[in-house]
Amino acid sequence: MIDISETVMQFLLAFLVVAPLLGAAAALPPAPPGLRGKSPEQAVLRHGVTVTGVILLAAIALALGFDHDRPSRMQATTDIAWIKALDVRIHLGVDGISLPLLVLTALLAFLCALYSFFKPPAGPSPKAFVALLLLLEAGTLATFAVLDLVLFFLAFETVLVPMYFLIARWGGEGRRAAAGKFILYTLLGSVVMLLGLLLIGIKAGTFDMVELAAADGRGLTTSVQVTAVLAIGLGLAVKTPMWPLHSWLPDAHTAAPTVGSVLLAGVLLKMGTYGFVRIALPVAPDGMHTLAPYLAAFAAAGIVYGSLACLALARPGAKGDLKRLIAYSSVGHMGFVLLGIATLTPTGVNGALFANIAHGLITGLLFFLVGALKDRYGTADLDTLAGATGAALYGRAPRLGALLAFAAVASLGLPGLAGFWGEMLALFAAFDPAEGLNRAAYLVFMALGGLGTLLTAAYLLIVVRRVCMGGPRPAGEPELADVQPYELAAWTPLVALTVLAGLWPAALLGLTDPAVQQLLAGGTQ
Amino acid sequence: MTSAATSLVQSVDWQAIAPPTLTALVALGVLVADLFVPAVRKQLLGWISIAGLAAALVLLLPLRAGDRATFCLTPGARADAHAQTAGCSYTADHFTLVIQLLVLGGALLTALLSLPATRAKLPAGEYWFLLLSSAAGAALLPASRDLATLVVALEVASLPAFALVGLKRGDRRSSEAALKFFLSSVTATAVTLLGASFVYATTGTLHLAEIAARLDEVPGRFQTLTEAGVALTLVGFAFKLAAVPFHFWVPDTYSGAPLPVAAYLSVVGKAVGFTGLILVTVVAFPSYSDVWGPALAVLAALTMTAGNVAALRQDPARAGSAVRLLAWSSVAQAGYLLVPIAAAAYSSDDQVGATVAYALMYAVVNLGAFAVVALVARTHPGKRIADHAGLYATSPAAALALAFFLLNLAGLPPGIIGLFAKVTVFSSAVDAGLGWLAVVMGANVVIGLAYYLRWTALLFRTPGDAIPAEPRRAPAPVTLAIVLTAAAGAVLSGYPQFALRFATTGLF
Repeated sequence: MIDISETVMQFLLAFLVVAPLLGAAAALPPAPPGLRGKSPEQAVLRHGVTVTGVILLAAIALALGFDHDRPSRMQATTDIAWIKALDVRIHLGVDGISLPLLVLTALLAFLCALYSFFKPPAGPSPKAFVALLLLLEAGTLATFAVLDLVLFFLAFETVLVPMYFLIARWGGEGRRAAAGKFILYTLLGSVVMLLGLLLIGIKAGTFDMVELAAADGRGLTTSVQVTAVLAIGLGLAVKTPMWPLHSWLPDAHTAAPTVGSVLLAGVLLKMGTYGFVRIALPVAPDGMHTLAPYLAAFAAAGIVYGSLACLALARPGAKGDLKRLIAYSSVGHMGFVLLGIATLTPTGVNGALFANIAHGLITGLLFFLVGALKDRYGTADLDTLAGATGAALYGRAPRLGALLAFAAVASLGLPGLAGFWGEMLALFAAFDPAEGLNRAAYLVFMALGGLGTLLTAAYLLIVVRRVCMGGPRPAGEPELADVQPYELAAWTPLVALTVLAGLWPAALLGLTDPAVQQLLAGGTQ
Repeated sequence: MTSAATSLVQSVDWQAIAPPTLTALVALGVLVADLFVPAVRKQLLGWISIAGLAAALVLLLPLRAGDRATFCLTPGARADAHAQTAGCSYTADHFTLVIQLLVLGGALLTALLSLPATRAKLPAGEYWFLLLSSAAGAALLPASRDLATLVVALEVASLPAFALVGLKRGDRRSSEAALKFFLSSVTATAVTLLGASFVYATTGTLHLAEIAARLDEVPGRFQTLTEAGVALTLVGFAFKLAAVPFHFWVPDTYSGAPLPVAAYLSVVGKAVGFTGLILVTVVAFPSYSDVWGPALAVLAALTMTAGNVAALRQDPARAGSAVRLLAWSSVAQAGYLLVPIAAAAYSSDDQVGATVAYALMYAVVNLGAFAVVALVARTHPGKRIADHAGLYATSPAAALALAFFLLNLAGLPPGIIGLFAKVTVFSSAVDAGLGWLAVVMGANVVIGLAYYLRWTALLFRTPGDAIPAEPRRAPAPVTLAIVLTAAAGAVLSGYPQFALRFATTGLF
């Protein structure tokens, strides 16, 4: 949209990756005079807001300078040799697939920092909290910006340690076990993924994603491709998470602090699906073709499983935790993303990428809202919240109730909001999968996915009824604070973007579609 | 007349053999000087030793072209460079230089760690003499290109180590550890000697390159004898590396020995083991790769699994648990070191470069971890892992450094060099088609992370009701050792090529 010179664009992209790292290092020593603020705690939280804010501005500038007429071309590329011994290059670049994810990451990180500034996390010193948050941001931004398989693995691993400490130090009940489960599960997946990446790199002679995508699997035998996709897919599926490898997710979400949950659902899960689109699809098309039906089957099972688990949790008397419920709903939503990818059609992959972004916005918002509820009530247990008749949030805190209802409705995929398009496109693509895939099987998966949308609507409406509605409250109940200005500031961008993406999906699909077409067509224009 | 005289007297390339020679000379010098230095000035001996090791490191610089060889059988045959080094007993090629850098650097850092310990608890003169002698042997080993020199170097490196382990006077555990170490080590060396003699009997030569050439021509009736010789020769080095089933001495020896000695054994002892293994397998017995390749692969899998499982089971509250955990984890790391050597049997010799690269990383971060443990042990002599709880609150820099070292050992960012070292090892396994070994190693990396991370998380825990120990000034040499290792780790993380370059170039 704006003409920014290539050098500046290169700098902006490199800045996105490096700045959070420097910011994390700068958060550790005491603040210099003049930046001390009211207290050391306040100063370091402000530092977090400043750094993530600057990064968000850089990401927006990058999006503005991005050549929207040619989104399939890698832009702002940097390519420097780093480790000659392993043939690892610092190869950065952004195209229509990664740009939305970069902006989403920068936005969510900024909103999290802003939210924490006004509502410091309960736990030890916020200094380490800010440093870890920035390290996490660096890892996720790098994952979406790098174009080298080994570097991708490095970025993928970078997020593990900060997320572990965010959960283990600032989390709620059962945090240590949940954090340990999170990191061991994900590491097991990513080590297997590394083996697949190395297999590809060694057999094809390069780790460069662009070159590998251009080769379109030539030079890799089908058996190598199947093995590689199996290994890489396993690692990515743990991260996504795909049923039945999801069991770390509900525990991690339940124990994580609000900000951790938002980033985990909003950004970290996207790294898994992004890997499928960026690596598995273009680099090993034959392997992907062989394994796609299985992926689709697991995805469909995940959709139904996730919504059934949510229904069970939403039932009165089930002692369901709202955070756990939203975590399970993520399993369902990510199932749609995987189903879209597994169709191997442009429609499906576009739908998957759209659903990716939509899930990041909506589930991020949902976790913010549930975190706010938990702060007010001291618990996120649905039965305690709702009591016998319902929590009556509409009456006690109308704005909070309305926002929760909005997010729930967006999450169930109401047309006109962001949640609709991605899942619709994924189901649509499953109706007509790529050539050579068993259409009958995909029709079954589509039917299961359709059933899943119904179940999703059911449990989300139950949640809205139990939390937002309810009978008259007993007298003498303490007042419930409604939405605070800082909360509004952190949530409004997510609400606005949810509406925008719902009403004007072309803005996003116009970016992803040319890039997806190119990836599926074998890297050539 | 003159030509006959020159053929009888060997010309020795003194510069090539300078690094180990200087170390040995300084060792003798310190032992003599101990007689004349008054008790209050004993620290001087330590500084002399450190200066000697630093000088030996500097002497590696002029050799960096990696084309020197000496003690050759046929000094006349100068025409062909390869034929010239084939009959040489001492070769200063790139492999030798890297390992010497590792060994001498490791000894230097150990010396820094030992300085405060020798002030009070340990007899200074003997200690420095033994440490330097052992380092000289370990530095000689990678340069050896015949079986006799190899065994002599192995013994020179090992014998002083027994004494070092038992040096804590009046400590029963220390003496017991030394005896255990001694008995099992001597048995292993004897077995190696037996194997070497079998190989000599069937091939008629001790030079490794010659053995490689003549193994193919061994008559059929000697085949079994040769195979037995090859297998037995490996045993001694597998013992030094503490590979399963030769690992039982490790935890008791490490926790009984003075802390710096344990650090020394975990790094330099390991280097001795895998260097010897590389030399005998890849250089001497390449034609028997179908014998030692699968054996080493199985050994690697068993070693890493046994080490990791035992390390995982360490109780943090038990006395000495920090050292025991590092001991078991070093067994596990030895398993990773073996993987590329096994892979070399299936593809090309270049794979062993991954072992060298991994060993460089491991040496730096493991010595660093030992240095921080030594620092904490000054206030908490129990050496328990639980003593590290809340270390970040009392000394943030040490806690951050230890966290960095542990994450490197686990192979997770921000320990980038640890991650890439693991990637090279994985890569060699995948390249050689050892997929099953790569998967076993992957599972082990996850187990390893579990206990490294538990320790790391402990560092940042808010100290509970325990009264924080009186903050004491950290001794300067230990601080220097931590700073050096942390800086080396950070530099390698930013520029991994420095360590990983050895993973792809031919070292021999």
